[in-house]
Amino acid sequence: MYFAGSYDVIVVGAGHAGCEAALAAARMGCKTLCITLNLDSIAMMACNPSIGGTAKGHLVREVDALGGQMGIAIDNTYLQSKMLNTAKGPAVQSLRAQADKKRYQEYMKHVLETQKNLTLKQDEVIELDVKDNKIVGLKTKNGAYFECKTVVITSGTYLKSRIIIGDVSYNGGPNGLFPANELSDSLKALGISLRRFKTGTPARINRRSIDFSKMTIQPGDERVIPFSFMSDNIERVQIPCYLTYTTEETHKIIKENIHRSPLFTGDIEGVGPRYCPSIEDKIVKFPDKERHQIFVEPEGENTEEMYIQGMSSSMPEDVQIKFYRSIPGLENAEIMRTAYAIEYDCIDPQQLKLSLELKFIEGLFFAGQINGTSGYEEAAAQGIIAGINAALKVKNKEPLILDRSDAYIGVLIDDLVTKGTNEPYRMMTSRAEYRLLLRQDNADLRLTEKGYRVGLVTEERYQRYLKRKQAIEEEIQRIKKVILPPSEEVNEFLRKNNSSEIKSGIHLYDLIKRPELTYELTKAIDKERPDIPYDVAREVENQIKYDGYIQKQLQQVEQFKKIEQKRIPDFIDYNQIQGLRIEAQQKLSKIRPQNIGQASRISGVSPADISVLLIYLEQLRRKKGE
Amino acid sequence: MFLDDTIAAISTPVGEGGIGIVRMSGKDSLSIIEKVFKSYKGKNVKDMKSYTMMYGFIIDPNTDEKIDEVIISYMKAPNTYTREDIVEINCHGGVVAVKRILSLVLKNGARLAEPGEFTKRAFLNGRIDLSQAEAVIDLIRAKTSESMHIALEQSQGKLSQRIKDIMNRLLGILAHIEASVDFPEDDIENVVSSKIINDSNEIIKELEHLIKNAETGKILREGLNTSIVGKPNVGKSSLLNALLEEKRAIVTDIPGTTRDVIEEYINIRGIPVKIIDTAGIRETQDIVEKIGVEKSKEYIEKSDLIIFMIDSSRPLDDEDLEIIELIKNKKVIVVINKIDLPMELNLDIIKSNFNEENIVFASINTEKGVEDIKQKIEDFVFSGEVKSKDIFVTNVRHKDILFKAKESILKGIETIELGLPLDIASVEYKDAYLKLGEITGDTAAEDIIDRIFSDFCIGK
Repeated sequence: MYFAGSYDVIVVGAGHAGCEAALAAARMGCKTLCITLNLDSIAMMACNPSIGGTAKGHLVREVDALGGQMGIAIDNTYLQSKMLNTAKGPAVQSLRAQADKKRYQEYMKHVLETQKNLTLKQDEVIELDVKDNKIVGLKTKNGAYFECKTVVITSGTYLKSRIIIGDVSYNGGPNGLFPANELSDSLKALGISLRRFKTGTPARINRRSIDFSKMTIQPGDERVIPFSFMSDNIERVQIPCYLTYTTEETHKIIKENIHRSPLFTGDIEGVGPRYCPSIEDKIVKFPDKERHQIFVEPEGENTEEMYIQGMSSSMPEDVQIKFYRSIPGLENAEIMRTAYAIEYDCIDPQQLKLSLELKFIEGLFFAGQINGTSGYEEAAAQGIIAGINAALKVKNKEPLILDRSDAYIGVLIDDLVTKGTNEPYRMMTSRAEYRLLLRQDNADLRLTEKGYRVGLVTEERYQRYLKRKQAIEEEIQRIKKVILPPSEEVNEFLRKNNSSEIKSGIHLYDLIKRPELTYELTKAIDKERPDIPYDVAREVENQIKYDGYIQKQLQQVEQFKKIEQKRIPDFIDYNQIQGLRIEAQQKLSKIRPQNIGQASRISGVSPADISVLLIYLEQLRRKKGE
Repeated sequence: MFLDDTIAAISTPVGEGGIGIVRMSGKDSLSIIEKVFKSYKGKNVKDMKSYTMMYGFIIDPNTDEKIDEVIISYMKAPNTYTREDIVEINCHGGVVAVKRILSLVLKNGARLAEPGEFTKRAFLNGRIDLSQAEAVIDLIRAKTSESMHIALEQSQGKLSQRIKDIMNRLLGILAHIEASVDFPEDDIENVVSSKIINDSNEIIKELEHLIKNAETGKILREGLNTSIVGKPNVGKSSLLNALLEEKRAIVTDIPGTTRDVIEEYINIRGIPVKIIDTAGIRETQDIVEKIGVEKSKEYIEKSDLIIFMIDSSRPLDDEDLEIIELIKNKKVIVVINKIDLPMELNLDIIKSNFNEENIVFASINTEKGVEDIKQKIEDFVFSGEVKSKDIFVTNVRHKDILFKAKESILKGIETIELGLPLDIASVEYKDAYLKLGEITGDTAAEDIIDRIFSDFCIGK
């Protein structure tokens, strides 16, 4: 063991959480070290070759608005892009892009390598050094001791991970990488409670062995909308995906071999996610469903590997070969990488504060899959917050906490910390109470100011945001003033668009609100319309069209914020509060909520308990004043 | 959860004295009363000065129906009990008027106060002295456990089951919308607007039915729990039949005890009364033996009011004494039956165990005394001795919830008919679901997600 240096922030891991955490801390001026098991696996996409999707796309936008890297990285390395849910309302539209995996990794690695204040190192962290409930350093396998003020653990699925393929199982990380076998024990020794989760990934098949003529081609959108608010035109020739289906034969093969699935033999003890079931799970759980859809997606431009979405499995390899080949177009499939399930250690996130710092060890932060989540985007979202808060800690500043009305990131972290999770947690739009406000199109309007204030958003990004904000406001103000006369031209336009005619003058603002009309359409009768960027126009339209609903949610948020701002001091001993039920005392003592709103979301804490708590706090406040 | 919205409650025991008071506290108090009040002299409520009163009528703005003649008083913040604006509506004390006025202010923007909430606000806003804090906590706890008790009883009731059925159907709609929104590329059947509208209309019909029931006081589980006890052949079944008259509302069987005990719902002078009818076991010789001491105790324990019948033509025996022992600490109306026969009963023992005011002499077979018994039941309710207020408030609360859930679903239908996107409709359906959840204690987010995964095969 030798002394290897001293850092403000050490990030353990360089996956999607680790990259954002390390970049955020370094960009905020902290001397930062990022240690990873393997430098070639920086920002590795261990599963699907895509970024975004419903709710996840929102997260990427939010990370970007705060000054993160994921959005810019995918804009630079995407193969195909799609805006999902375009017909289902503004709040649930989400971007999803297919990624060139290797290029994405290379891009991100280079950003890390060239980042000021950031040092990258390949090694394995084996032990944390904690003194007086405070992190002071860590040890690595190579014998280095690093001193530090804060640590962010973003170890993903690597802790004591085990790969399972039917009756074959071995200790190993994702994608043939080494697992980290020692850090778990160090965490356990520090009193951190661990649990075991499971996830899985499908096979990769050589493109040359696939007959695409039996599949339906899935092209990208004609107009590509970037993830990042910093990106302009990112058009490119897009690479398609393909759609095919399982067959009766597929189901037969799986049913006949189901006894060989470790999920049913009990070889897998970890809890898997419901939204990401293996193909054998789907067939057992939904026996009436005649076929399941399978998307075949490219993993990159310089590889023939294709990802078979919808077919994750932990069946033995020989069974896999059979059922993959029962799918139209895959009859001669050459499996390059076999599907597997992976089990790993993660922590119970209820041990964390809303800042993602551990409640009982100062300066120790956790982010990403280690917290029981799933998905690159969920990881990045936590990573940036943990990185920001580690840096703020170093600077002796209050942490940045986004609440449920600020961002999906707020919903994600509050859910994890307050409610915990029993399966790998995936973000979904249904989890957000104020969905109409938390749109992907307004992430910058919600968050860039906050990112700027903590010192992560660059001046360039901030100016861009101000300009966009101003353009949106100006255009809405202009539209509010436009009154259209009941002229023949206007009524002709309305007739043409199946909208009722007007007899007296009408505000353009009210016309845009009509469900059958759009901002774009009304250009025909809006003579003074300025030429504004597409994203500004979209935002203007959303703000006008859904104004009534947005206002309603804003009122709800106002009430929500009042409760959220009632802070609970750290030192409260819940067992001393007369009138709290025992269950409430126990739950509150465990979670130690930071404010009344958070307390009210803990299951087992009733409104009457909250009333008692409020009275107790008021009592305390007055006693202090006296 | 809210900290400073406008709350309302009945602040007097229902029916006590000549007047009832509905009290509101919060910044919207005045604008809410403005919507439902018409001054006798045509004055504007908004011009009221603090600590003044105004005479006029409560009028339902939707139907223009005059509900009651009232005096309202206005107290402006901060010199009030809660340090918020307070409006009190002094109305005629009848159950119906107070309830309707409370319902009306709830419909027009107030929220029903939680147990002890006025006092809580008074404390939090600095109106009540620090030394009272524990008393405030005790009050909240006591009131909450009272209403919990009622809620618990109700959660096992039929209404609760029907609301759960409605919620289940709402959840089906919600899960379908949400699944299609959150998993657009999964193979999920399209959400068909016409089907949602059909389902919604059915749900609305069911809600309307329940609202109507709430209005006529027929909601099952919320009657005043009353047990008729007494040894065999004392006249329990005759009394029950006499009380039932034509007004028998609904008869339900308690599952599992069908042959032992029957619950009857009757309406006595506007008060919903649930009679636990142990007369169902009259053919056997010994109640206690048949249903067991524990069971008898359980029924007696559950009762808000006991009607204890004694045969005046027989001396007290061990069986009577055993019953007296069981019920002496409860609210009891003692009915001394068969007074047309020669008196063999020693009244002293009765008088030493029960309040003389609550003893009724009757001959049920000749209908003598039946009206007196009804009067006693009414007295108990209106004197506030039994937990009548909570029962009525629960009724108002449920009606309010049902009404608001219905409104949300109507809005949901409207957004769909207007052709607005699904995520907007979903907001309304979620509101309706959350509202109903206030009765059953269910919450939305996880329920929806669980339902999505059980209804749809989703996954990459």
